Amino acid sequence: MSLISAAKPNRTAGGFGRVVTTPTFGPLVVLIAFCAVFSVTTRTFWAAGNLSLVVQQSVIVGTLAIGQTMIILTAGIDLANGGIAVLGTIIAGRLVAQEQNPALSLLFALVLCTCFGLTAGLLVSRLMLPPFIVTLGLLGIITAITRLVAQGGAFPVTDDLLSWTGNAFAVGDTSITYGMIIMFCLYLLVWYLLTQTAWGRHVYAIGNNREAARLVGIPVQTRLLSVYTFAGLLYGIAAWLALGRIPNADPNALQNGNLDSITAVVIGGTSLFGGRGSLWGTLIGTLIVAVLRNGLTLTGIDPLWQDLVTGILVISAVALDQMSRRRQR
Amino acid sequence: MSTEVKTKPSLPPRGTVVLEAHGIVKRYGHVTALAGTDLELRAGEVLAIVGDNGAGKSTLIKVLCGAVVPDAGKVLLDGKPVHFRSPLDARRLGIETVYQDLAVAPALDIATNLFLGREVRRSGPLGSWFRLLDKGRMRREAQWEMDELKFHLPSIDSAVEKLSGGQRQGVAVARAAIFARRLVIMDEPTAALGVRESGQVLNLIRTIRDRGLPVILISHDMPHVFEVADRIQIMRLGRRAALTTPQRHTMPEVVAIMTGAARGDEPVPDSNQAGG
Repeated sequence: MSLISAAKPNRTAGGFGRVVTTPTFGPLVVLIAFCAVFSVTTRTFWAAGNLSLVVQQSVIVGTLAIGQTMIILTAGIDLANGGIAVLGTIIAGRLVAQEQNPALSLLFALVLCTCFGLTAGLLVSRLMLPPFIVTLGLLGIITAITRLVAQGGAFPVTDDLLSWTGNAFAVGDTSITYGMIIMFCLYLLVWYLLTQTAWGRHVYAIGNNREAARLVGIPVQTRLLSVYTFAGLLYGIAAWLALGRIPNADPNALQNGNLDSITAVVIGGTSLFGGRGSLWGTLIGTLIVAVLRNGLTLTGIDPLWQDLVTGILVISAVALDQMSRRRQR
Repeated sequence: MSTEVKTKPSLPPRGTVVLEAHGIVKRYGHVTALAGTDLELRAGEVLAIVGDNGAGKSTLIKVLCGAVVPDAGKVLLDGKPVHFRSPLDARRLGIETVYQDLAVAPALDIATNLFLGREVRRSGPLGSWFRLLDKGRMRREAQWEMDELKFHLPSIDSAVEKLSGGQRQGVAVARAAIFARRLVIMDEPTAALGVRESGQVLNLIRTIRDRGLPVILISHDMPHVFEVADRIQIMRLGRRAALTTPQRHTMPEVVAIMTGAARGDEPVPDSNQAGG
């Protein structure tokens, strides 16, 4: 029985082998390495206040990246997520500036963001258009709508509800914002959906082999629609987090939200070809970029180097993904 | 949608007719793919369908698994007429199909692939409200079924992409065998495989038959057909040209009937003589 002998190399890998092959292991090592380097090279990095700031700085991209991860897992991509979130902030900001009920304004912004997710989902699943083109087109449309609604201005947010996500409470020396808690809860929720429910397995299966998913009876179109719509809702929540972080609804904010979230997903070890990766990897990827920017700033290195190092990280992550895929073949 | 895989309805005794098709016609524009063909599958047998390209075997299979709706003719399952509008209809009645291109999700593990699209949730509120999967039960049942099928795999937790082509196709075949309650249709299951790997899949087909599920096997590969088939239906020009057994005709004779060089004779051989 040659099949049994073929099994042996796998079995000997054992517990540690399993840990090393876990997709989040690599990114976690990188994150710890960066933290260690900056803790040694600067005196200010490893302090409760600074670490809290790093996490605060990553809540918006971190939340956008949750939706991005789900979409990339289905072998799609979302170029419109930053645009949708900015539109959310502008809508909520303008409505409140016009003395509308803050709760209803926020709800309206959330519903609108969800509708844009739904639109992208309908175009991708029903018309079978490539996600890249759909979201590129939507980005243009949404950016134009944002400018039209903003009429060239920004809306300072003074309302307590809209900026609530920026409020903090202290645990020891660490200040924790409600926005951070919301982001972690969203990670937990989506991790649960992706790994503990049939829906999540279907998301992975669609990204892996869409035709096989259809043949085994998975409702591929419905699942894709649900992924894009849910992602839209997450972008709406990211808009709320953005208003808490900087209480000013600015049409020019988050210009790179789409690319930053893709960067976080890719550095986190999720494959752009779909079907492989983990949500915790994305959280680690988001933190890697935030730690890198914060640490390089603290060491006094020219900010231009931040983008350079991030770029190298992205290319290395994709190269690793490709190499491991080739080896498996 | 809890799926109980271990308890199957008792299968009819050997030799009873499970699936019949009479006078099936299917035209695509001016092309007649099926010109009134018949088919009869009995319990406990492997029925091979062979034929040259364009003889109508793929179309016939698509009719039987619900992918194509015929223009005329009737299909009977256990003697009752059925009308499949989609593959889902056929699947609901216990007919599973294995496709020639390996229909698996490579990055997912074997247990996940076996239960893909038919996931089992926990009982109670955890399953109904929180939609929590019962991974332990799916793993145990996957392992149990693989042992039952005598199909040995490295580990039920390893990703399908780490398996050989034959093992991958084995996963697809096992999935069909686990969930099929009436019969399994296999469309060229060994076409993408090497010699040794094909052997594994052919063994699996025999095991499925011996457990009582009848199998319809479509194949180009005459040696494979002669290795596992109890009866062979030879298609030619959209009709059943002959129904024979590996004992009655030799490979060259079957090929001659397929190509029209020899005349096929219709009498249906007694399936007891097919052995197995």
